[in-house]
Amino acid sequence: MIRIEVLGPGCANCERLYKNTQRAVKELGLECELEKITDFNVIMGYHIMSTPGLVIDGVVKFSGRVPSVEQLKEMLS
Amino acid sequence: MSKSPARLARLLLSLAGALLLWVALYGVLQRAAAWFTRDLLGLAAGTHLASAVEFFVYETPKVLMLLTLVVFGVGVIRSFFTPERTRAILAGKAESVGNVLAAALGIVTPFCSCSAVPLFIGFLTAGIPLGVTFSFLISAPMVNEVALALLFGLFGWKVAALYLGTGLAVAIVAGWVIGRLRLERHVEPWVYAMAAGDAGLPEHRTTWEERLDHGLEAVRDIVGKVWAYVLIGIAVGAGIHGWVPENFMASIMGRAAWWSVPLAVLIGVPMYSNAAGIIPVVHALLEKGAALGTVLAFMMAVIALSLPETIILRKVLKPTLIAVLLGVVTAGIILVGYLFNWLL
Repeated sequence: MIRIEVLGPGCANCERLYKNTQRAVKELGLECELEKITDFNVIMGYHIMSTPGLVIDGVVKFSGRVPSVEQLKEMLS
Repeated sequence: MSKSPARLARLLLSLAGALLLWVALYGVLQRAAAWFTRDLLGLAAGTHLASAVEFFVYETPKVLMLLTLVVFGVGVIRSFFTPERTRAILAGKAESVGNVLAAALGIVTPFCSCSAVPLFIGFLTAGIPLGVTFSFLISAPMVNEVALALLFGLFGWKVAALYLGTGLAVAIVAGWVIGRLRLERHVEPWVYAMAAGDAGLPEHRTTWEERLDHGLEAVRDIVGKVWAYVLIGIAVGAGIHGWVPENFMASIMGRAAWWSVPLAVLIGVPMYSNAAGIIPVVHALLEKGAALGTVLAFMMAVIALSLPETIILRKVLKPTLIAVLLGVVTAGIILVGYLFNWLL
């Protein structure tokens, strides 16, 4: 089961990414562990420079932008 | 991206059409506002109400249209920049050059307050000096496209250019001064302890379609958030325009009152507002005799330093450094205020 983490301290963009990711996962019917990370120490561990960020199975896929649900679905499938 | 080139063509065509429409509309705004007020509503010219209404009906579409255009343009420009690229450019540059570059890059690199900490850490651990990092962090929120668009729309290109120039100057000099003060020990120690590192992000080749989408999204995002404030600001401005007598502000915010600049800045620092709401008010204040320098300094003070961002930065900066940051930027803005009043 893949593990998806949405990195962000809680600003509007971070929320949007989380919601978009939730929808993408739901629409794909993906079995996964989806978690929102707001703890700075954990976020900094991934060395991203802008929030929000998306991590899949420990690998950072992107940071600093909020892709659409469609784009996320493409990334996840 | 798997989108078709046909979509890009369609996007470009619709954008071209929108631009033509924009230009046509912009040209007739003033006459339309006059017609609306005098002929449609039948308000007698010269009355307070007619003045205020015409102001509102002219300024609202004008400002919103300018805002849309500039936000779109800057959104597209921003798609060429990422914090990672900015960091790569700044790493290894000597301080003075670094300060100038950092301030300039602060304008075009996408930045939101919540990214302040990751960005700060990313810069420092790449070896970018503290002062240079601050030049970036000061210019990014202050020299923003919303402020520039509105200043341009309401006061003309000279004022907008002045704001841009002095905003950069404050960012460059403040960052340089902080660098000289050698305050590295006032950065929270855990920051330097972080291993320098890249997230190892794959370089994302952005297509033109994505860039244009980025611009459109910026418009939806920013104008969508800000339009209500713009309307309120213009309404207040209209009220002041219509009813407050000429030169009323001259006594409090005029050039003769030497204390007006520091006072305006000190009032502005703890305030936090977006540029959109404040500028229309500023416009009306100016009309009533407030000095340009005082009013622009006030605006800078409001936009540049925000309480939310300061709180966020507390995670990485010790209180002394935060105080120095606030102090240096405030002093810079006060100087700019005096300079404007003296020059204009």
